[in-house]
Amino acid sequence: MALLEIAQRVDARGLSCPLPIVRTAQAIKTVTSGQLLEVIATDPGSVKDFAAWSKATGNALVETSSEAGVYRFVICRK
Amino acid sequence: MTAITEAPTRSIDYSALLGHQPAPEPVTEGEVPTKDLLIINYSGDLEKVWATLILTSTSAAMGVKTRVFCTFWGLQNFVKDEKRITGENWMQKMMSLMQRPGISHRKLSKMNFLGMGPWMMGSLARKYNVASPRELLDVCHEMGVEFIPCQMTMDMFGLKPGDMMDGMAPPVGAATVIGLMTENSVPLFI
Repeated sequence: MALLEIAQRVDARGLSCPLPIVRTAQAIKTVTSGQLLEVIATDPGSVKDFAAWSKATGNALVETSSEAGVYRFVICRK
Repeated sequence: MTAITEAPTRSIDYSALLGHQPAPEPVTEGEVPTKDLLIINYSGDLEKVWATLILTSTSAAMGVKTRVFCTFWGLQNFVKDEKRITGENWMQKMMSLMQRPGISHRKLSKMNFLGMGPWMMGSLARKYNVASPRELLDVCHEMGVEFIPCQMTMDMFGLKPGDMMDGMAPPVGAATVIGLMTENSVPLFI
């Protein structure tokens, strides 16, 4: 069985608060319910911000990881 | 002793009273928080309107219905950038001459140094990829943040609807704002 594919990507590297969240909120509209959105950011504050955004909007944060100062978030649209 | 009349019910739809077309649907369709955000933007200082726009763009991104009531110096933030002199009489014109209206012409409340301060703030913002007030304002419009002018301030400064940026809600008075505030909004005064 194939894993769920990323339907849309947002490159928010280098962007400061609140742009990673704003770009994500705009991009989530372009995918349908159940599809995955991947966001890549370098803002350290985004780790807590994405958790808060996910809680407020109900779009599940299915993965949070970081590598060498780059954060990756995978969101499943509600 | 006669009974005091019942406390008024909180069921008035103030959004309907504002009487304009509904804002675009919220960006996200998740569990939208039950409270709205209402910022009373009183200040025309660069750093304060910047903070206002960061909060409102984020709030709209989180699916919260967001409104900004623009009053006193705060209204000057939302005059079209290209308007140089506004007002009808000499005093109103003088006011706009001394303090140029528009989101791109804000001054810092401290360390303005004839524009040197805002210029340095702008340079730092670009260096660190922080969105400018102008960019944030455009984002706010895209995401359906409502900007509501104060009618009294419009009159006092002699501002006409054509002086204001596009997409502003019709002007209202303090009672509408208090109504929103006491009904279902988290209020902030900036």
